[in-house]
Amino acid sequence: MHYPIGLLFDLLASNTALPWNITVHFKSFPEKDLLHCPSKDTIEAHFMSCMKEADALKHKSQVINEMQKKDHKQLWMGLQNDKFDQFWAINRKLMEYPAEDNGFRYIPFRIYQATTERPFIQKLFRPVAADGQLHTLGDLLKEVCPSAITTEDGVKKNQIMIHGIEPMLETPLQWLSEHLSYPDNFLHISIIPQPTD
Amino acid sequence: MAEPERQPMSLPGGPDAGEGAPELGPDTNALEPALSAAVSPGTEEPTGDAKKKIDVLLKAVGDTPIMKTKKWAVERTRTIQGLIAFIKKFLKLVASEQLFIYVNQSFAPSPDQEVGTLYECFGSDGKLVLHYCKSQAWG
Repeated sequence: MHYPIGLLFDLLASNTALPWNITVHFKSFPEKDLLHCPSKDTIEAHFMSCMKEADALKHKSQVINEMQKKDHKQLWMGLQNDKFDQFWAINRKLMEYPAEDNGFRYIPFRIYQATTERPFIQKLFRPVAADGQLHTLGDLLKEVCPSAITTEDGVKKNQIMIHGIEPMLETPLQWLSEHLSYPDNFLHISIIPQPTD
Repeated sequence: MAEPERQPMSLPGGPDAGEGAPELGPDTNALEPALSAAVSPGTEEPTGDAKKKIDVLLKAVGDTPIMKTKKWAVERTRTIQGLIAFIKKFLKLVASEQLFIYVNQSFAPSPDQEVGTLYECFGSDGKLVLHYCKSQAWG
């Protein structure tokens, strides 16, 4: 599937035994659900487009547009070859913001729900409230996906997963965006039903 | 501001939010006016959104043919992939020809992204402006 593998694990395989066994199919491709991949270049273009979209939200595209072609190449090569330092030498710039702003313009996030057929939720959401308070993960969910954090008799009905962990709902969103975003600069948040056992 | 003519867009494929709405077959005429269930008014969709459809302005880039009708009313749940299929059909491009769509003249949204989402994040003045091109126009 064309989602990041970590997101697929959070969404489809959280709470299952490791290692995660994956079956790869080579026929009956579900064209309706998955994107076809004509070439390796398509993957690079898709990844760079995600980064550009994220920066459009974070900095009105200013940071990514000021970069040179070779910087974009370095981001992709760093990711492709698992060269953490190479990737972050450039990605660091995408994580900066003016000191007086206390955060990005908007937080690039996508919320996926295991229980619906609907695609992800993505909206404009600022890291800082009008009164200067930092918005938290809980604030975001309350605003764009309130069903995710409802409780029944004080018991949580869902798990909120990012990178295989459940961050506290009090965690500032700006911090999450800087530290738990995927390489494409989006926070990919999974809402999955609370396991019953 | 004068409201230019706006066409309801009927496209095959793409997820339908309306329950029980009949799926449009791949042979449905893409230029058919608002006759199908997918675009008819009166929906039970429990959405807080004021409008079920959004205005999309389509602009050609480079030597890509222009569309006579530029402004379209598109269901929020229509995907970019569905929109690309529509434009290709409208411009009578052959299936093998590629078509790229761009937001803000900067990034190509993922084909599975819904136009409603893009409208909420990148729309302005009550419409979403998309550029389309037969070759990769922006990185």
